[in-house]
Amino acid sequence: MPDKTADMEKKTEEKAVMPSSTEVPLTLDAGPAPGKPRSLWSDAWHDLRRSPLFVVSALMILFLIVMAIWPGLFTGASPRDSDLKNHFLQHPNWTHFFQADWFGYDLQGRSIYARVVHGARASIAVGVVVTLAVTIIGTIVGMVAGYFGGWVDSLLSRLTDVFFGVPFIVGAMVILTTFEERAVWVVILALAFLGWTQIARVARGAVITIKQSDYVVAARALGASTSRIMFKHILPNAMAPIIVVATIALGGYIGAEATLSYLGIGLAEPTVSWGIDVASGKDQLRNAPFVLMIPSVMVAITVLSFLMFGDAVRNALDPKMR
Amino acid sequence: MGRYVARRLLQMIPVFIGSTLLIFLMMFALPGDPVRALAGEQAVDQAQIAALKAELGLDRPILVQYVSYIGNVFQGDFGTQIASQRPISEVILDAYPVTIQLALFAFTFIVVAGILLGVIAGLKPNSIRDRGLLGLTLLLIAVPSFVTGYTAQFVFSFKMGLVPPNVGLEPSWNEMLMPAMVLASLSLAYVARLTRTSIAENLRADYMRTATAKGLPRRRIVGIHLMRNSLIPVVTFLGTDIGSLMGGAIVTEGIFNIKGVGGLIYEALGRREGATVVGVVTIIVIVYLLASLIVDLLYAVLDPRIRYA
Repeated sequence: MPDKTADMEKKTEEKAVMPSSTEVPLTLDAGPAPGKPRSLWSDAWHDLRRSPLFVVSALMILFLIVMAIWPGLFTGASPRDSDLKNHFLQHPNWTHFFQADWFGYDLQGRSIYARVVHGARASIAVGVVVTLAVTIIGTIVGMVAGYFGGWVDSLLSRLTDVFFGVPFIVGAMVILTTFEERAVWVVILALAFLGWTQIARVARGAVITIKQSDYVVAARALGASTSRIMFKHILPNAMAPIIVVATIALGGYIGAEATLSYLGIGLAEPTVSWGIDVASGKDQLRNAPFVLMIPSVMVAITVLSFLMFGDAVRNALDPKMR
Repeated sequence: MGRYVARRLLQMIPVFIGSTLLIFLMMFALPGDPVRALAGEQAVDQAQIAALKAELGLDRPILVQYVSYIGNVFQGDFGTQIASQRPISEVILDAYPVTIQLALFAFTFIVVAGILLGVIAGLKPNSIRDRGLLGLTLLLIAVPSFVTGYTAQFVFSFKMGLVPPNVGLEPSWNEMLMPAMVLASLSLAYVARLTRTSIAENLRADYMRTATAKGLPRRRIVGIHLMRNSLIPVVTFLGTDIGSLMGGAIVTEGIFNIKGVGGLIYEALGRREGATVVGVVTIIVIVYLLASLIVDLLYAVLDPRIRYA
């Protein structure tokens, strides 16, 4: 899942030296004002606004976030009300847009549309919080290892190897089964505990490259403190590769949450989650495939949105892609 | 070369100990009790539990348990499964062949189809077939494997009746085709994308122009010059991917009812049987470490400029 971006690791390391080269204004590009150099970030933003991939995925993510925060905007039906007498496995009414019976009812007579809308919260929360946690832990570990080098680097790199060696889904399963009550924060904890290695490796690589650049040497010669060099000079320049890896990983964490919930060891009822709904629909695949397919499609759309978003950000931040 | 392998093997030791210790600690230091789980919901005599724990050595400090466990593992003794009283090595040996069959099948599929698709797309960057393949692989990456699995089962088994929905106890290669393809789909997409990027980048390299200028046939330029230079990131990915194939097998085996390692881990976790889980994971970690060593050695085969000191 999130361990899959070996190519990016290579690329982002090269990219880490980029900021100095982007100071040169691109002559053929219709920039804001001729001769005025743009920073890496405004350059990227300039590209992003014009990328259809970015606009589409950003709109989709915005839509999902609104759904996660205010599910009441999309449906008045409750995801937990069950009416077996009238709605047992009732098939979808594809023309009843935004109504409770739009996507049909599940085995317990609950509105699938309402469940799908309310399920967004768990997925988005897990994805966003895990990514934030992983980015913070990974950046700190990677920066310390890359900046100080020597035995600190050896120690932290071996530690990263150790966590990397544990298979992700299996490791998360082991952690989760030890908790009696599996609320959202437990799933977040398990995924973050195992997931930080990738960011740590990328951050370490970026920091090692940046550490040797002239402006860092100059800052040190001027007597800047270690913390000032790390936070004012190295961190801002190492952020680009880290952000790229983090956005792409976000989609992976949402997929991982759904997979774990589907296996019955991620989130548990009464939390509403797409993964749980997929698991509950698997026994009716033959006669009522929509019970399984609709939450599955929601997971796929959500992960796809974040992946596309990450791809667009990478294209904008990576000069080699231009 | 020999010295390099020896050094790498030595470096593997701390990582191996660390990874297994991590799983061991997660399994045993966190709440939950395999002896109590044996009794289910019934009330049990505390003295009886203590006696059983002493017999199984579960009352010792956790690190002592770990050291004696790893010592036994190196002698081929993975302990005894508490519920069935069978040696865990036997339980694992029962479950592994099917999973290895599944994983090997999937792996072949990943290598052959992934690289082929990547080359097809990469040779004509930004063409329609390239964009089509990039879109398709993005979709495959986004769709979680249980979605791919159930969709394949629904379409090919229930709707079209082409393949049986479940796999028997002694599965034939034929029955394994669909599960292997489902397991392969995610990594296949990654391999195709990696190969494509690598090929598209190297297409403009100087040695490519030289080879063309020398008048070499196109097949040789692409097949030898381009491939050898482009496959290094792909091989790196394939090495690290073996571990996640095992993780993916849990989901795939569940969907198609395959009695392999995935099911074993799943059941053992439900019964809180640490020893079984740690045993299976230990083997996965060893496979992963050996695979990454082989990958590092393959670099020199692909690129003779890489030397091992």
